[in-house]
Amino acid sequence: MTISRRNFLKVAGAAGGVLLAGGARSARTAQVPQTSSEGIEFNGMLIDTTKCIGCRACEEACNEANKLPKPSVSFSAESVFEEKRETTPDAYVVVNRFPNGKNPDKPVFVRRQCMHCVEPSCASACLCKAMEKMPEGPTVYHKDRCMGCRYCMISCPFDIPKFEFDSASPFVRKCIGCYDRVAKGEQPACAEACPEGATLFGKRRDLLEEARKRIYRNPDRYRQRIYGEHEVGGTGYMYLSAVPFRTIGFRIDLGTTHYPELTSGFLSAVPLVDILWPAVLFGFNYLISDREEERGKESGDEE
Amino acid sequence: MKSNVTPMPIPGMPAAPDTGTLKGFLRFLAQELKPRGKILTPFNVVTGIIILGGIAIIAVRFARGLGAVTNLSQAYPWGIWIGFDVVTGVAFAGGAYILTFAVHILKVKKYEPIVRATVLNGFLAYVFYSGALLLDLGRPWNVVNPIIGNAFGYGSVLFLVAWHFLLYTLVLFVEISPAIADWLKWVKAKRIIQKVTTATIIVGVTLSTLHQAGLGGLFLTAPSKIHPLWYSSNIPVLFFISSMFAGFSMIIIESMFTHRIFSDRLDEAHRASHNKILLGLAKGSASVMAAYLFLKVIDLTHGHQLGLLLTPMGYWYLVEVAGFTLLPLVLYVVAIREQSTRLVQGTAILTAIGVILNRLNISVIAFKWYEAVRYYPSWMEIWVTLAVISMELWVFRWVITRMPILGAPPDFTAEEKTLNNLGDGEVVRWKVSSSWKVSAS
Ligand code: SF4
Ligand code: SF4
Ligand code: SF4
Repeated sequence: MTISRRNFLKVAGAAGGVLLAGGARSARTAQVPQTSSEGIEFNGMLIDTTKCIGCRACEEACNEANKLPKPSVSFSAESVFEEKRETTPDAYVVVNRFPNGKNPDKPVFVRRQCMHCVEPSCASACLCKAMEKMPEGPTVYHKDRCMGCRYCMISCPFDIPKFEFDSASPFVRKCIGCYDRVAKGEQPACAEACPEGATLFGKRRDLLEEARKRIYRNPDRYRQRIYGEHEVGGTGYMYLSAVPFRTIGFRIDLGTTHYPELTSGFLSAVPLVDILWPAVLFGFNYLISDREEERGKESGDEE
Repeated sequence: MKSNVTPMPIPGMPAAPDTGTLKGFLRFLAQELKPRGKILTPFNVVTGIIILGGIAIIAVRFARGLGAVTNLSQAYPWGIWIGFDVVTGVAFAGGAYILTFAVHILKVKKYEPIVRATVLNGFLAYVFYSGALLLDLGRPWNVVNPIIGNAFGYGSVLFLVAWHFLLYTLVLFVEISPAIADWLKWVKAKRIIQKVTTATIIVGVTLSTLHQAGLGGLFLTAPSKIHPLWYSSNIPVLFFISSMFAGFSMIIIESMFTHRIFSDRLDEAHRASHNKILLGLAKGSASVMAAYLFLKVIDLTHGHQLGLLLTPMGYWYLVEVAGFTLLPLVLYVVAIREQSTRLVQGTAILTAIGVILNRLNISVIAFKWYEAVRYYPSWMEIWVTLAVISMELWVFRWVITRMPILGAPPDFTAEEKTLNNLGDGEVVRWKVSSSWKVSAS
């Protein structure tokens, strides 16, 4: 026997350690990249909630551009603001109204859509690459690949992907950043439609610059924070606000770790366990067979 | 629920046709597929109605979408079909890897008589749970995409789980196939299978480790949605460890039932060693539970979450961890001291409830605990779950009354001798007849 028992136990310990360490989350917060790994600058959007007037032109444009079914209540109806809305399979962007803590006469309007995360959790969760981060920035959806497991919905920190629960052949639906329009050199439909310039489309790097400029020039108007600059490792769509983000429907407890990082430790442990575990178990089996044989010889009862 | 099984000695199947030819095989199959014993027992009637109703609900689900039969919503994309059928069910199927590991790798021979029943249970659990999974998928016809498709989501925990799940089901099939070979009297096939037993089992334990852990790993991507008392970066390890005691308790519970219902099929060796087995399982379970609780306490103090214990969710957490993990641990220790198999059995039920609570908490109850409108399963979701379990029980019973699962396998020594003379004469380890004597002693 070449492998000593002590060495063997070391290997066993290492394999167990790998599994344990696999669960551990690294606290490293990396610099948010501004380009894809191919070096293409990420596109993004800057949404200035201080400029938004709640006209819902963005909703209407999105509805047309994506050929979504017409809603039962018209796009000019104010009644939709009575309750907080989420995106739906048929509405990729929705505008919500919040009371303004600073100025009660002027409510805050906040649009909500996919944030096009720099490191999207939905894409890393998808087991068949139906959700995919494109080098230009947006996270798109390939309907032909999707198996409808809805793990992307579990994983998205902003609860954006929506599922067609009432269809026998359901798809996941969400904003894809008007990928085709942008490829043709156009702007996303919502940005083009916005009459107030509340939705600005551009390179993420430039938008961040612009956002900082606005805050710097109007320190009284803005909170000193760009939502999406660091949240969940950075998002492509970012927000400015006059009031605390917490009060206008944003989660401020999401942290700055990008979500794929949460599982990367575990995933990197997998191949190791796949290799070490069998080695360890064969070792066990070998050692124990040996011992059994000896015992068998001593007591003389042949198996 | 009384046995409706006519006692039938294993080795003497009714005028066994030659299963080596296709025609003989089919005739044998047709003969075996016929139900035996009384058909209209209360158990059959109740489960039969549940299964028929389940099939109707499943038809509606495929015709009109998941929304027509489930309470799933955009806020709760996963309900009990995932949280209970898959996430919880797989934990309990863990008994198979634990036991094969103990018997074939650690050579703890005393558990040998229950290996086949446990492996069968595990195999059926996987087959039926992956079936339940297909019901839950929106586009199940695309389920092969990550297996043979061109779109491998390597970075996905679910991708890993799917692959390990699939491979492990195959491994379980290989592990149970000696029983099938016994049933068909395919002595040669059995010999071949037995030669790869050790390797198969090692692969099986490895795959189990990873996908038990992986099922927990799925929830790593939801740190902001799972209550901080349950969310932990250790979820994979906790899932792996708890799958061990889930497996142990399932073996104990299952043996309670098989002993009562199929008592006529048990051999003497099995009965005699049963008490020893139960106490051993209790010991195994207690030690992994202690390790599990240790990790839980570390998580709790590490995350500075002690304050959260005094909230409603905190009380609920204590019900799970103190009431259904710590208490059963204590009871196991008492049972081992007093050598009380009754207490072991009762404790196994408590432990199982604890595991169910834990899995449901992470996947459903503590998931988005902050939401104003909470998910609870529709009656149809529960019905289908019961139908899946009923179908599994039917198949389990069918197999157990036909194949040598509980009793000693048939003695093929004579046939093996002839084969030995032809072949290389290597001694086949885990040769059924001889190892059986060991366990009986
Ligand atoms: S917001 Fe959600 S859906 Fe959009 S890219 Fe990020 S993780 Fe994906
Ligand atoms: S539902 Fe579709 S897009 Fe979402 S993770 Fe599953 S396969 Fe991917
Ligand atoms: S179009 Fe512009 S101003 Fe109108 S609701 Fe949308 S973001 Fe606000």
